This record gives sequence, C-alpha cells and structure tokens, in this order.
Amino acid sequence: MLEIRQLHKSYPIGDSSLHVLKGIDLSVKDGEMVAIMGSSGSGKSTLLNIIGMLDEADEGDYILDGLAIKDLTEKKAAVYRNKFLGFIFQSFNLINYKNALENVALPLYYQGMNRKERQEKALFHLEKVGLKDWAKHLPKELSGGQNQRVAIARALAANPKLLLADEPTGALDTKTSHEIMAFIQQLNDEGKTILMVTHEEDIANMCKRIVRLRDGVIMEDTKVTQVRAEQYV
Amino acid sequence: MFDLDLWREIFQSINKNKTRALLSGFTVAFAIMLFTILFGIANGLENTFEKFFVRTAENAVNIRFGTTSKPYKGLQVGRQIMPTSKDLIYLKEEFGDNIEFLSTKLSRNYQIKYKKEKGSYSVSGVSPDYQYIEKAKIKDGRFINLKDIKSKEKLCVIGRLVEEDLFLKESAVGKYIDLEGVQYKVVGVYSDDGGDRQERVVYVPFTTIQRLYFGNDDIGNISLTYNPKMNIDQGLGLVKEMTTKLKNRFEVAPNDQRAIRIGSRALTEKKRLDNISSGLAALIPIIGFGTLIAGILGISNIMIFIVKERTKEIGIRKALGASPKSVVSIILLESILITTITGYIGLLIGVGILEAIGSSLERYFITNPSVNSSILITATIVLIIAGAIAGFVPAKKASKIKPIIALRNG
Repeated sequence: MLEIRQLHKSYPIGDSSLHVLKGIDLSVKDGEMVAIMGSSGSGKSTLLNIIGMLDEADEGDYILDGLAIKDLTEKKAAVYRNKFLGFIFQSFNLINYKNALENVALPLYYQGMNRKERQEKALFHLEKVGLKDWAKHLPKELSGGQNQRVAIARALAANPKLLLADEPTGALDTKTSHEIMAFIQQLNDEGKTILMVTHEEDIANMCKRIVRLRDGVIMEDTKVTQVRAEQYV
Repeated sequence: MFDLDLWREIFQSINKNKTRALLSGFTVAFAIMLFTILFGIANGLENTFEKFFVRTAENAVNIRFGTTSKPYKGLQVGRQIMPTSKDLIYLKEEFGDNIEFLSTKLSRNYQIKYKKEKGSYSVSGVSPDYQYIEKAKIKDGRFINLKDIKSKEKLCVIGRLVEEDLFLKESAVGKYIDLEGVQYKVVGVYSDDGGDRQERVVYVPFTTIQRLYFGNDDIGNISLTYNPKMNIDQGLGLVKEMTTKLKNRFEVAPNDQRAIRIGSRALTEKKRLDNISSGLAALIPIIGFGTLIAGILGISNIMIFIVKERTKEIGIRKALGASPKSVVSIILLESILITTITGYIGLLIGVGILEAIGSSLERYFITNPSVNSSILITATIVLIIAGAIAGFVPAKKASKIKPIIALRNG
C-alpha cells in the first residue's frame, strides 16, 4: 500500500534550516492501522503531511499503491488527494457555512460526480456514522464528536485507499474519543488502511502497530495487540 | 461552459456570507453611484454652457459698415461705406449655399407710443430671414414676409416685452403703434430666449424704413447665418473670405479695421465656449477616473480581505481535491457576480438621484444632468474587470498556498 524510503525534509529557519525528517523508511500494508507517535517536533506531523501530499519531501521515495509520488504539480496533487486519500483533522476542518451533508459531498463534487448521486452517497456515509438525522445541520449546531464523525464521513465519501488522521481525538473528551476510535477501528475491520498521528498512548494502543519517531528518525516500530475501544463506550 | 454546480457553490457562498458580499457590493455600488452623479453633474454644467449660447443662431455673422480709417487707392479717409440691396444679392451669388439666411439690419432708436404708454425702442429694418438668424419665436401673429418687403407696408413685429410695456394686458396683434407720428400695424409678437434686450426690439420691413426715413437703398448692416453643416473653423474661414471680398468690393484697404467689421462674435464666443466645454470634457474623465480608482482600491482591499478570510476554507477544499483552477474560479466568479449586480444597482441609484434632484440644480448652473449610458456601461465593465483582477491576484496566491499551511492557520 505504502512504501517510503530514505525520506528527508528540512524547513528553512532564517539563515539555517531545520532538518525535520532524517531518512525515514516505512512500509505499510493493506488493512494496517498504524499510529505514528512522538513528542512535538519529532516530525510526526510532517511525515503525515508528506504522506497526505499536503507537503513535499526534499529527498527520498514515496510510493503509494504502486504509484511514485514525486514532482507533483498542484493539479496532480489535487487529483491524487481526491482519489487516494481521506483526511481526518484534529480541528475537524469542516466548512462552517455548509451543512453536514454538503460537507460530506464536497470531495465527491471535486470528483465530478453529479449532484443527485453526490447527495445520495453523502447521505449513505452520514448514515454510516450515525448522523443521518443531522444531515441538514451546520457544524456549529453539532457537538465535537458529531463534527468529527461528519469529518470521517467526508473522508470516507470518496472511498480513499488510505485514511490519514492527524490527532483525530485531540479536541475531544475521553468518552467521545473512545467513540470515535471505536468507529475508526470498525473502519479498519472493514479493510480500510489507516495512518494516525497521536501523542496519546492509550489511543495509540488502539491501533495495530506503533511507529515512534524522535528527532526525525524512527526509534521503534512495533506491532501491538489492539485494545478495542468499544469496551469503554 | 456553464457549470451549474460551480454556480451553486458560489451562490451558497454568497448567501451564507452576506456581510462579506454586502461589504464588497456596497463599495462597488457606491463607486458607480458617485461616478454616475459626478459625471451627470459635469454634463449638466456643460449643458448649461450650451444653453447660454442659444441667444442667436450659433452660426450667425454680423457685417457692420462704418467709415474708412485708412486711405486706399486714392480714396480719402472717413468715407462712409453704404451697402445697398445689390450687395445682398452679391453675397448670395458669391457664397451661395454657404449662406443659410441673409438679412439687412437697419437699426435706429425711436420713441414708440400706444395710447398713454410710451418708450424708446430699437427699431430694426429686416428681411424675413432675420427671424431665423435671431432665433425669434413667433408668439402671436406672424413675422415679416416677402410681400411686406415688396409692398413697403407700415407694419411691425414687436418683442414680447414691448407688448408687455405698451399694451399692458392687451393683445397687440392688429393694433396700431405710433412711431414718431407714423402709425404701424402690429402683425406679430415674438419671444427670444436671448434675454430681455432681445425682446425689446421692433422689427419692420427694411424697405419701409428705407422709404420713410432714409429715402435711399441703404441697408445698414447685414446679418447672416452660414450653412449649419459647416464647423467653426469652416465658419471662420468663410468670415475671412467674406471680409476680403467685401473690402475689395468697396475699395477698402485690407488692413482697415473700421470700414467693414465682420462681427463673428457668435463664432468667437462659440470658440471660447468650446474651450470651456473641452476643459470640462477634460475634467470629466479625471473625475470619472478618480472615482473609479477609488472604487477599484476599495474592491481590491475587500478582495484581499475575503481571500484571507477564506484561506482555511481554501485549504480544506484543496485537501479534499480542489484543483488550483477551481479555487481561483470560485473566488473570482463570486467577486465578478457581486461587482456586476451591485455595480448595476449603484448605476440605477445614481441615475435615480440625478433624475430626482436634476431639475432643482438649475440655479447652480447645472442643466439636465444626465449620463451617457455607454459611459456608464464602460465604467461598470471597468469596475468588474478591476474587481476580477483585484480578486484574481489574491485568489491565485491562495490557490498556491500549501493546504497544510492554510489548515494550520485555522
């Protein structure tokens, strides 16, 4: 599914530059659920952004589903993101003037799907996250957990190969976090490959594999026994 | 290609962000409204100048004859130049179609009485053409005609104010006035936009004046209008040619300024007014340009603000697969739509205000302020284009923002 070799990334800071990723090798197979952990500044978010094609590496190879991702033009990146990737953000990143249904339908709009089909599909995904009755509500009328579920529905709508989550539970209380995690686990059970950045140990333990980063290198890469989130709900 | 979904996105964005749309729309509407009003007022000023000039026909020329001031071809200084009706015929033959109307103007001041009222008025012996040269409007009765010229009848056409002065509330037509003891029948009353002085003149067939008071064929001065198809410079050229020919005919030194004076006061005045008009005409674009620049700056500012406000949204859209082109077009089309609609509204308001206050501005030398619709449309289009450019630059910039940066800022 995902193959990364000797990935480097630096950010210029004034005259010098900050070397954030110092040669990352990572391979993720279909159906995996990986947590990327590390303290702030370890490069975990940068890695996720590069995987999400929101940022570009300076050096190294990145192969997604057999396709080499490099020298991306803006247009190409947009198409790949739309086709391959679904994003879940810590702050949900819903468009505030669009209701739940419209937010979920947005990636489908960029796929060029017609309106009717878009709405049907968006409604289907909203139903899946249990928010069918909230379809016409604006983000500000929904709770944090509900908003994150809308965001998940949106990430799923385009049927991506890979789901990327950046601190998906970071803005939520423990109970809601567990609900969301239970939901993400369910998606993984259904076969979705999931990559998640988190700094919470218990959330990481709900994944199947933990990759620990420190100072831009992978310190540890271990398979773990998945803790099911349902038991806490 | 018409993309219904794109427009749906745009309408939703406008609809859900009314303050933003109103803010930018207001700027545009206000700029176009100001533009319309300022332009209208400037045009009104120009109209006023044009109106001031309707006293006599714009193409009127007066030829006055006096005494020579320079000896020429053995002839003495102080010789009186006396044109006759033969000279009228000469002018008509010589200049043909270049002359539109041609008349004598034999003027003297006389005491005029009617019943107990009396006053001193300028009495002019004229030809029927004079009505058109002077732009006199017949209010009552008729003007002098060719038959009167031939019959040398004692009849007259009096100005509106003469009628008012002498006849008080009576109607003058058909009554007789006393001109130095001679009874003249009033056949018509005229009015003249040129002012009071022009309405205190009594017109008499020039042949009558010649017969009664001069006893010869002296025609006094000559008034004419040149062909209205000629422009000012052609008119001035005609005046020059006429001067040369008449000086030659009457054996007047070419540099004698007093014997024959061709008063093209109308022409020089028109030239002067044209200068004022062209000054105004130069001012108008400056006013318009200034207003438009202000409008453009306003829109540019708001567009930059809008794009900044939407940075996060753009980031989200890009993360979800929006191409740079779609980001640019959604922002740009929204801006164009708002500028077009509100520009049109501003135009309507401006025209409405001009219509409403237009007539009350006359005492400020503003007549009939209105704006040429093609100028307005051009202005609106310029503003739309400016809005588009003002939107395009930040939109293009926004479309290049890495989504991750846009999202982080949220």
